Amino acid sequence: MPIRDDVVVVGGGLAGSMAALSAAESGAQVRLISHKKSTLRQASGLVDVLGAVDGEAPISDPFAAVDRLPETHPYRIVGVEGIREGLRRFDDVVGDSYRGSHTDRNALVPTHGGTIKPTARYPVSVAPGLASAEEDTLLVGFRGLTDFDAVAAADHLAATGVPFDVDGAVVDFPIRFRDDARTTRLAQALDNDQDDVRDRLAEAVAAELDGHARVGFPAMLGDDHGPAVRAHLEDRLGATVFQIPTGPPSLLGMHLEDLLIDALERAEIRLSTGNRAVGYETADGRLTAVTVDRRGQTVPYHADQVVLATGGLVGKGIDSDRETVVEPLFDCHVPHPEDRYEWSEAEAFGDHAFARFGVVPDDDLRPTDAGGDVHFPNLRAAGGVLGGADVATEKSAAGVSIATGSYAGRRAGEEAAQ
Amino acid sequence: MSDAELPSSTGPTAQDDFEPVSVFEDSEMDLRPGADNCYKCSVCDTTCPVAEVDDEFPGPKFQGPEQWRLKRKEDDVEIDDSIMSCSNCMRCDDACPSGVPLSQMHNTARGAYVDEQMTKLSREYVRNRILANYGTLARLGSKVPRLTNFVMGNSLVQKVNETLLGITAERDFPEFATQTFREWWAERGGPQVRSEDKRVAYFHGCYSNYNTPEVGKAMVRVFEAFGYEVAVPRQRCSGTPMFANGMLDDAERAASVNVSELSDLLEEGYDVIASCTSCSMSLRQEYPELFQLSGIEEVAENTYESLEYLRIHEDLDGALADASVDEQAFAYHAPCHARNQGLDRQAVELFREVDGVEMEDVGDSCSGISGTYGWKEEKYETSMKIGDDMFEHMHDAAGEVGMTECPTCSMQMEHGTGYEIKHPLQLLEDALC
Repeated sequence: MPIRDDVVVVGGGLAGSMAALSAAESGAQVRLISHKKSTLRQASGLVDVLGAVDGEAPISDPFAAVDRLPETHPYRIVGVEGIREGLRRFDDVVGDSYRGSHTDRNALVPTHGGTIKPTARYPVSVAPGLASAEEDTLLVGFRGLTDFDAVAAADHLAATGVPFDVDGAVVDFPIRFRDDARTTRLAQALDNDQDDVRDRLAEAVAAELDGHARVGFPAMLGDDHGPAVRAHLEDRLGATVFQIPTGPPSLLGMHLEDLLIDALERAEIRLSTGNRAVGYETADGRLTAVTVDRRGQTVPYHADQVVLATGGLVGKGIDSDRETVVEPLFDCHVPHPEDRYEWSEAEAFGDHAFARFGVVPDDDLRPTDAGGDVHFPNLRAAGGVLGGADVATEKSAAGVSIATGSYAGRRAGEEAAQ
Repeated sequence: MSDAELPSSTGPTAQDDFEPVSVFEDSEMDLRPGADNCYKCSVCDTTCPVAEVDDEFPGPKFQGPEQWRLKRKEDDVEIDDSIMSCSNCMRCDDACPSGVPLSQMHNTARGAYVDEQMTKLSREYVRNRILANYGTLARLGSKVPRLTNFVMGNSLVQKVNETLLGITAERDFPEFATQTFREWWAERGGPQVRSEDKRVAYFHGCYSNYNTPEVGKAMVRVFEAFGYEVAVPRQRCSGTPMFANGMLDDAERAASVNVSELSDLLEEGYDVIASCTSCSMSLRQEYPELFQLSGIEEVAENTYESLEYLRIHEDLDGALADASVDEQAFAYHAPCHARNQGLDRQAVELFREVDGVEMEDVGDSCSGISGTYGWKEEKYETSMKIGDDMFEHMHDAAGEVGMTECPTCSMQMEHGTGYEIKHPLQLLEDALC
């Protein structure tokens, strides 16, 4: 048989990567199929588990709040132990690069909008900025870098009632780049210490420091040499330096993607990236292959077990048109109101039905049809493609991906080993 | 899904009879849906190897959807000359999570720029035309290979090339083989294996014909070992260097010959195989995106890279399980165009299990040469800066022989490290034939 593996995982984001890694632990030969760069590159790099339930936010202990979620929520299926298992695997992947594993309680991370985000794991460079530490804080933005308005962010942060003084300052980045230069360009200059940029940046910020104990920058303090850049600035400023997660292009999200790819390579998982999974083959009601489009022709990737981790509406694992909402790869059942005006609410932050659109898993994360029967006994789903969770409101996107990816992958590996 | 597809949350006036209408009637290809799909996440900009080293280069998002929109709005808006700094590596295609046809937009913009804004008597135009038509140059040069090699290897000639034409003197011209692949093919009397149901037409491209016929020979021997009847049709350049230089008319002329010849063979049950990943990229993606020729879709759908084809149709893992070769460690580089076809991992995955072979991937950076790009005097430095990562990883890897599918990546690898560079087909030939 041409291309064959024990487990095929479709989708290269957080859920798919965690599924592939946990499937490989069972000794299975695993292949991860992904189409394009994953939405991780646009993500903050923070790992939220559960930040809000029933309008109560922030939740301090996400594990204690799981049983307040609806029974159809993916967390209720994998259970608290499933979430812990996923986080253990995640902690192994990221090692010293992340913090937060020492406690069950949420950390409070300041965002680039000046809000407070309850999160379970966060990059080590973000750690000194936690809102729970009572240290006066200066937020620094750069003229021309419109993604981060330090003064507005500081005002917002102060308005949330943080237990310290917070001010914002805007400085010129010491090297003049093109007007719409990306944060990646600034990060690279700091990485290479181009034209003594580290010292010059420290000098510009020192003029604004005014006794603040810590200084927060948008997450652009180096890419490959982030720790050295921060250490340099801390030394010159005599203050703690931390990073604030940003929108795309997100260096923290890209760094998390790199950590996952390194782990996948160490686990000898086969990566097939660049072509889209478009269909499947079956025998006796079981999946035998996922087919991948290569510009007009489809190529079968054979497997005993398959994990669907193609993401939600943004990641395109769930799609919709004016009539209906579908899961396009296996055409799994996605319940939704017939009248599309019931899919959403008028308020931007209303209780939108679309936020919970997704496939309906059984108690082993296998997608089910409208009658409640599994579509295929050897297909499991993980991450954003699963319905039943409003991850944006709950602040649970990464946690759901990690917990369900880890569970679905482990089960696929166990089944393949039989 | 784009925002435009989201149902409106405030306006409940149903428009069930909605019909999309074409706004731009005279447009050859409507790139609007592509431009609209861009949600400005900038992932393309962060994966562009040119933008990484050249602050003046505004990046793929500008070159593609943004420039397209500017141009749409006002007729007298010129295409920014920075389009000529795009190396056509096509990594942005691979990066975009929203299906924006970036390279198609770049190719179209570059073609329009060269047609309408570049002076045809300029040194840049003449130089680019010569580089883009490497195949023609090579055909002439390889008639007297030893003389050509001697002349082109002369440092004075290289200096003249640089001064007069703007072709860098830093690089040594690739040597022409004393016997081309096609001469070898004719001499051996064409195919040695006949088959009714296993037939492949070999698109060797310019480089393995004139410069590295050993790659073409390996292709023939490997496919014959698997029982395939090989045909070697008349062919011209795939068009890759022409796209990269905005010479779309030249590319279309070459494409019409290739499509016509290959279409005839498709009808006789052949599939098309290329050993160069830029040739397969061109036939597969750029042809149907840029030209409307009879049979072009069928050619695109039935073109494969050589290893890819064998992996789909043969038990290559099984065949290699018992094979062994002389102990050798390789530093493998995946060309950008292989990456775009989803082929960037196949050589490492395949050979990792072969007895005697140590295969190390030298990372996901671009080699920097991008075909003719790194041959341009003013781009040479950028090209070498992009290549730095790869050179460093090649030196760190255990192997002192390089491996890649792309002829110009292989030039760059050799130029930056001095290593001998092989094609995966040559290793497959060693292992199986």
